[in-house]
Amino acid sequence: MSHQQVKFYQTGTLTVGNRLLDEDNRTVQATMDRSNSLDSGHRACQGCGEALGARYAIDAAMRATDNQLIAANATGCLEVFTTPYPESAWRIPWIHSLFGNAAAVGTGIAAAMKVKGKEEVRVIAQGGDGGTTDIGFGCLSGMFERNDDVLYICYDNQGYMNTGVQRSSATPGGARTATTMPVGPQPGADFDKGKNVPSIAMAHNIPYVATASVDRLHDLEAKVKKAMSMHGARYIQVFVPCPLGWGSQPAKTVNLARLAIESGIYPLFEAEHGEITSVTKIRNLVQVDEYLKHQRRFAHVLKNPEQLSAVQATADRNIQKYGLLGGQE
Amino acid sequence: MFQVRIHGRGGQGVVSAAEMLSIAAFLEGKHSQAVPSFGSERMGAPVVAFCRIDDKTIRLREPVLEPDALIIQDPTLFSAIDVFAGLSPNGYLLINSKRTLEELGIAEAVNHLPKDQVRLVPATEIALKHIKRPLPNAVLLGALAAVTGVIKIESVVKAIASKFPGKIGDANIQAAEAAYQQLANHIPEEAAC
Amino acid sequence: MLKQIEGSHGVAEAVALCRPEVICCYPITPQTHIVEDLGALVKSGKLENCEYINVESEFAALSVGIGSSAAGARTYTATASQGMLFMAEAVYNASGLGLPIVMTVGNRAIGAPINIWNDQTDSMSVRDAGWIQLFVEDNQQAVDIHIQAFKIAERLSLPVMVCMDGFILTHAYEGIDVPDQEQVDKFLPPFEPRQSLDPNDPISLGAMVGPEAYTEVRYLAHHKQTQALGLIPEINEEFKQIFGRDSGGLISTYNIEDADTVIVTLGSVIGTIQEVVDEQRSQGVKIGALTIRSFRPFPFEAIRSALEGAKRVVVFEKCLAVGLGGIVATNVRLALDGVAVTVYTVIGGLGGRPITRKSLHHLFENAVKDELEEVTFLDLKTDVVERELERERQLIRSGSIAENILRDVGVVDAAKTA
Repeated sequence: MSHQQVKFYQTGTLTVGNRLLDEDNRTVQATMDRSNSLDSGHRACQGCGEALGARYAIDAAMRATDNQLIAANATGCLEVFTTPYPESAWRIPWIHSLFGNAAAVGTGIAAAMKVKGKEEVRVIAQGGDGGTTDIGFGCLSGMFERNDDVLYICYDNQGYMNTGVQRSSATPGGARTATTMPVGPQPGADFDKGKNVPSIAMAHNIPYVATASVDRLHDLEAKVKKAMSMHGARYIQVFVPCPLGWGSQPAKTVNLARLAIESGIYPLFEAEHGEITSVTKIRNLVQVDEYLKHQRRFAHVLKNPEQLSAVQATADRNIQKYGLLGGQE
Repeated sequence: MFQVRIHGRGGQGVVSAAEMLSIAAFLEGKHSQAVPSFGSERMGAPVVAFCRIDDKTIRLREPVLEPDALIIQDPTLFSAIDVFAGLSPNGYLLINSKRTLEELGIAEAVNHLPKDQVRLVPATEIALKHIKRPLPNAVLLGALAAVTGVIKIESVVKAIASKFPGKIGDANIQAAEAAYQQLANHIPEEAAC
Repeated sequence: MLKQIEGSHGVAEAVALCRPEVICCYPITPQTHIVEDLGALVKSGKLENCEYINVESEFAALSVGIGSSAAGARTYTATASQGMLFMAEAVYNASGLGLPIVMTVGNRAIGAPINIWNDQTDSMSVRDAGWIQLFVEDNQQAVDIHIQAFKIAERLSLPVMVCMDGFILTHAYEGIDVPDQEQVDKFLPPFEPRQSLDPNDPISLGAMVGPEAYTEVRYLAHHKQTQALGLIPEINEEFKQIFGRDSGGLISTYNIEDADTVIVTLGSVIGTIQEVVDEQRSQGVKIGALTIRSFRPFPFEAIRSALEGAKRVVVFEKCLAVGLGGIVATNVRLALDGVAVTVYTVIGGLGGRPITRKSLHHLFENAVKDELEEVTFLDLKTDVVERELERERQLIRSGSIAENILRDVGVVDAAKTA
């Protein structure tokens, strides 16, 4: 009797199942002794992708570092909803300084640990896309070029959400934000703008760069674990839908992230020292409208064939550039 | 208090000269203050540096407006700025040049100064000979020691060594001593009209 | 040990003696020699157990400092002028978080127009940000006050900036008695933070505080500065015991006991002022001087009791409250509220303009005769100013005043001479 490889592919449910995995690969969220670094009681919106991503990322980092972790947080949703005075949802040593300096604060903490001979204590600097790609960009690049021993995690919800949904350089073309309102035939955000920070991070030749998404949390945990096994400057950008800012249903957050990946809109890959080392292939390709139609921020795009093709073109370019299709792993 | 003002151009070691002079005075147990007066770092731009020497603590922070001694490291400055401004009538003037006062066009301007206190020193040439570079600053300090006696040549030597250890310092010391010998033994030129 | 060294080098040695653990360097004239010398000391191994980080901006310099200080490391940085403003957000952040960072400010003017020379605008621009601001008169004090600064900062859990006049002090070679390591170790114990980022005892630092508690937090910051008024002289006394010098405290006075006229100032200009005071005293003028050493906290009591007996006070400051007049003078007037004394504001030395004995003599003579305007700009070139005002009356054209004036004072034409 011949054997046949059978690949399981989740369609109906998006839960993070553990029973079929080796113990080593199970998520730390399933264990009673998880660190709960970002504990319950925080004030995030229903369905917040960032809360989900941060919880998984930080707990994975804590497991990887034997609970020896300090975090520096930029101003933004994550900082605000986790520390409503006088409470804090963080169970790890945590500092919020300013909007644009999380990377620099991380550098400082790492330097202090080094000089005190406590190099087993690891450092994470984190923030949203606004604090990372725009106002924090200078400090981020500085941390990269010095190869400081900091893992920077950017939770990318493609806009300045905490202040009322304004455009950032991570906002995709066509998206409606409070500062890029679509009017008549004009798109929301412009199509010819924007910054690709993972590529920029790669250009600094830092030890590790990865993109991740909350639709596949094991993958996010694995990437954080891998990052923590290295030293030097590392960058992980996590795709985190924002129901409020995107005009999507809170219950659909994970689903939406899945569609972003499967349409090619958000390529998932890893790179080391400027070279791509792995790419996540698309398993079930969808056209971008499947993704866009669940978000009111793209309502305008769906009614405008030119803008819709522009978005599709972006996805197609990603598929081409990163080799997202063809051949299974 | 003895006040020295040094004029030159960026790259000629004007600031180092003032610093070394202040160190020389310090080594003799005096109080001294050296301050540069310059703009952005640029080769060739006019540079002025000041040095004050006194037996008591120096409190004054203004530029040296009434120098007791002027060192001109670069004679092309005569046409650019009024280097002589405030020079005391009993002041000393040391000019880095192998030309005469007439040839430099300043004979009349310095006529009122005591003849043996106006000295032309071919400092660049002496420097080229000993240091192989046209850096006249240490040379002129040796000359200053000879002409004014405000510091001893031994102190100048030690000051140079402290700022420029090794071969560079040795070469500069040789050049400074050469200038000292030349001026200590030389009969002052007559300032012809 | 007595050495003839550049002020900047003295500061670097003093900072190194304080055993800093993290130094953040971003260069800006006129502080460059300080951070360069510290870099050399770390690289050569003379300054051990110290991380020296070359950062990409002043904002990064202080931000890295915030991280390292919050994590329990003794932290130092330096800046001046434009750099101070570039890091302004972090300046407020550091004091708000109560981090005992020590920072040297090589006092320099702020643009536009760009100017690299000395005045005190940079420190003044952040005078209300909650830092302790200490001003030094000479390079001996610069060395001594940096050492005191670490102790003051760590006792109070508040950052301290040590302000020294750019070029005039930073680039001046003077005789400085540099303390030895044993003395400094005796005076300055290792840094023991009140709280720090530590996995063994996690805390959250920097949370948002809403209307219900923000006022109390700010009141306590204000109160802490008031406490500093007592601590600064106390630490100066401790310093005197070990090092034998009175370099700090809140103010210092010169010949004010029977003075009718007192000149009040900050920083290095006091040296020249003392020379002029001596010369005028020898002519029988009852004149004295007062230097403010701690500008923040502002020593109201000390200044008031020192100046109460005078007829007139001339506040000589190297800064300007544009549209108002004097910054320091306004603070001094507040201290003299209710006291029958005339206060004159003199703005001098802006952008590095030399302050000469001659000008000061003239100024003080006028002051003594009460023939001074309320606000005087020392050595103002009135003809240049008049010409520019006339130009503006004739032509209605917006644009930079500076370029017109530069033409007038001949700077633009200087290039033409051979």
